Amino acid sequence: MLDLTKPRDVLVVGGGNAGLCAAIAARRAGASVLVVEAAPKFYRGGNTRHTRNMRCAHDRATDTLTGPYSEAEFWDDLVRVTGGATDEELARFMIAESKEVLTWIARQGVRFQPSLGGTLSLGRTNSFFLGGGRAMLNALYRTAEALGVEALYDAPVVDLEIEEGRFRWATIECRGERIEIGATTLVAASGGFEANIDWLKQYWGDAADNFLIRGTPYNRGAVLAILLGKGVARVGDPKQCHAVAIDARAPKFDGGIITRLDCVVFGIVVDRQGRRFYDEGEEIWPKRYAIWGRLVAAQPGQIAYIVFDASSLELFMPSLYPPYAAASLPELAAALGLDPAALTATVSEFNEAVRPGRFDPAGLDDCGTVGLTPPKSHWARRIETAPFYGYPVRPGITFTYLATRVNREARMVLRSGEPAANMFAAGEIMAGNVLGRGYAAGIGMTIGSVFGRVAGREAALYALD
Amino acid sequence: MHSTEASREADRLMTICNSCRYCEGLCAVFPAMERLRSFSDGDLGYLANLCHGCGACWDDCQFAPPHEFRVNVPKTLAIVRVDSYRAYAWPAASSVLFVRNGLTVAVAATLGTAGFMVGFWIFADPERPVAAETGGFYRLMPHDAMVALFGAAFLFALTALALGVRRFWREGARRKAPLRASLSIWQAMKDAGSLRYLDGGGAGCATADAPMSDRRRLYHHFTFYGFLLCFAATAVATLYHFLLGREAPYAWYDLPVTLGTIGGIGLVIGPLGLAASGRTRAPALVDQKRQGFDLAFLAMLFLSGATGLGLLMARTSAVMEPMLALHLGIVFALFVTMPYGKFVHGLYRFVALVRYAQEDRGSAEQDEA
Repeated sequence: MLDLTKPRDVLVVGGGNAGLCAAIAARRAGASVLVVEAAPKFYRGGNTRHTRNMRCAHDRATDTLTGPYSEAEFWDDLVRVTGGATDEELARFMIAESKEVLTWIARQGVRFQPSLGGTLSLGRTNSFFLGGGRAMLNALYRTAEALGVEALYDAPVVDLEIEEGRFRWATIECRGERIEIGATTLVAASGGFEANIDWLKQYWGDAADNFLIRGTPYNRGAVLAILLGKGVARVGDPKQCHAVAIDARAPKFDGGIITRLDCVVFGIVVDRQGRRFYDEGEEIWPKRYAIWGRLVAAQPGQIAYIVFDASSLELFMPSLYPPYAAASLPELAAALGLDPAALTATVSEFNEAVRPGRFDPAGLDDCGTVGLTPPKSHWARRIETAPFYGYPVRPGITFTYLATRVNREARMVLRSGEPAANMFAAGEIMAGNVLGRGYAAGIGMTIGSVFGRVAGREAALYALD
Repeated sequence: MHSTEASREADRLMTICNSCRYCEGLCAVFPAMERLRSFSDGDLGYLANLCHGCGACWDDCQFAPPHEFRVNVPKTLAIVRVDSYRAYAWPAASSVLFVRNGLTVAVAATLGTAGFMVGFWIFADPERPVAAETGGFYRLMPHDAMVALFGAAFLFALTALALGVRRFWREGARRKAPLRASLSIWQAMKDAGSLRYLDGGGAGCATADAPMSDRRRLYHHFTFYGFLLCFAATAVATLYHFLLGREAPYAWYDLPVTLGTIGGIGLVIGPLGLAASGRTRAPALVDQKRQGFDLAFLAMLFLSGATGLGLLMARTSAVMEPMLALHLGIVFALFVTMPYGKFVHGLYRFVALVRYAQEDRGSAEQDEA
């Protein structure tokens, strides 16, 4: 049983990738470390359990990476996906550190494998975890526990005692009791607020009731809210969240990767009136994947329907739920709960506008529509071969961008502009510093590992000084 | 659409896994699954027999219980696997022997041992006391009778096994078996011989407590190679007898005895180790109802090895006669129950690995084309 009366050198709040990297780094530097995790043991680690790779710069190919990925190229990618919404100094620092983290994380027991099937485009830049994010997390926990890091589950932080910018103790709620845990330093690695529907409603209104949350229900942002309320500077747009279109039949929380749908580009997407609302073939799917959550969120009822025919069924990765299928479009409309006349009219109009071209599911082809609003720029083929298929989709919220401001030491920055003496942040809770908007595959894990390791190191340095 | 509850569950899980694919690098099951979009009973039997039950995918799975998707691939495939042995068993009526497998094996061992005791007594050689002192087994049972009896048991087992495995191979086939099977067989021999897929993707088997362990693989090697050495000892002795005219007993340093001794030690250590490490497996992975199935086979292998070693030590003592009856009875029971117990897992898994190697070659050739 853990002794919770004894103050620790480092208290890590949140047991995901960032928290564990911080805990391991601090423990290796000689500090005593306690990790408190809001979730029960199985659900520990927040979004880390659903990840599958991390993006690190590297000079040459390895057993699992097909080629070099320079710091300059990483920087260019980051600028492109964020549209410049990034702190250049921090971002360049993170990218430089990521090189070393790639080998450091492997030394903590994390195993890599070549990129998964269907993700070959990431084979050069991203290191895939053998067995996925939970395997990665389990490896970190095994290493941390072997080093003597203590972990407490089912222990959400409900308050932080902060005096004049200095952390004193945290209050956790554990088995119905409120317990105060003192520590010399605090590492906040407790993620964003994507599972906090009430908080999302502040920006989205009642529409947020129709959002599905891709990760666990424990990503409630409690610590983020406390810190921002107690003088820590904020960064990142609070209204922004990363959202993709996922199967509307997915569970409210934690449906993870298997409810995503990669077939938007092969069909048309209609709202609940049966009308199209956006160019489904604007760009190759990985580049447009992340706009569809917001697009669907803007539709009435926050729902939309992907409709395609037999010719497209096997062009994309299978997902958890089978599509609705019917021998005719009116029957499909009825199955989806749409007006058959409206859907048939939309498809007829679309089919009329399709111009012949050479269909290429793997690249930008010349199959576009003419005279249609909105157009479908690529992969437009007539929807005419039975059976017809449909998937209902809703916004699936992955993570939020609102963050605590930090400096290169992963120290939180106070609203006064001064760095906090003994408070550090790592992972999604500070991701907005580097990733103000957009997303690049695997970058969340890079932010978590790099700043987690830095935070642990700096926290131990401060605590042991 | 599926014949059993377990295969319906396996179908559900493979649909989930096929939309996730995080476990692709762990073993052969997931790459094989990815080549399919729907799963027939034959497909599921194939996938189930590719699974070595290391448990890594369960340990790694974000959708494992208590998650509402309740994904537990190793346990479900373990049930489907045993069901597949039963479904393809020859003759069809014998499938009942899988259901009460522990009882079947126990009865066979008892009857076998008793049979030899009674046999020795009925066909008692007047010079029996001498036999004990010289280690002359054939005074108790003539060599020809021994060869005839064990040859018949062996041929029966071989026939039943071959017919069962053939059905398994055919029902798991999506298309006609491609050419160049010999390369695939060589690949499967390497994969089976090294237990390539019992390593949890490199970390070892999932145990109840961290860290992972790789001991099941080690003990399986003891068991499997112990068994092969014992088989080789018998084969060499038979060649000695018929080709060279050299009759047992052989000196301790002679090939049949050294092979049998080393093999026997393997058959004692291996099954004990496997039974012990079976107890440390993560409880979520263990199908309680089928534990007897595994233990019965381990017990028979252990007893074959232990009684063989006992016989070697007692071959010039007064207890040689009951030891010989016990050893022959156990080995005889092992042979006749072979097609109806855990022994078949080796063949089914080997055949599944051959198919996997074939598919791998097939897709590699497609990629090149």
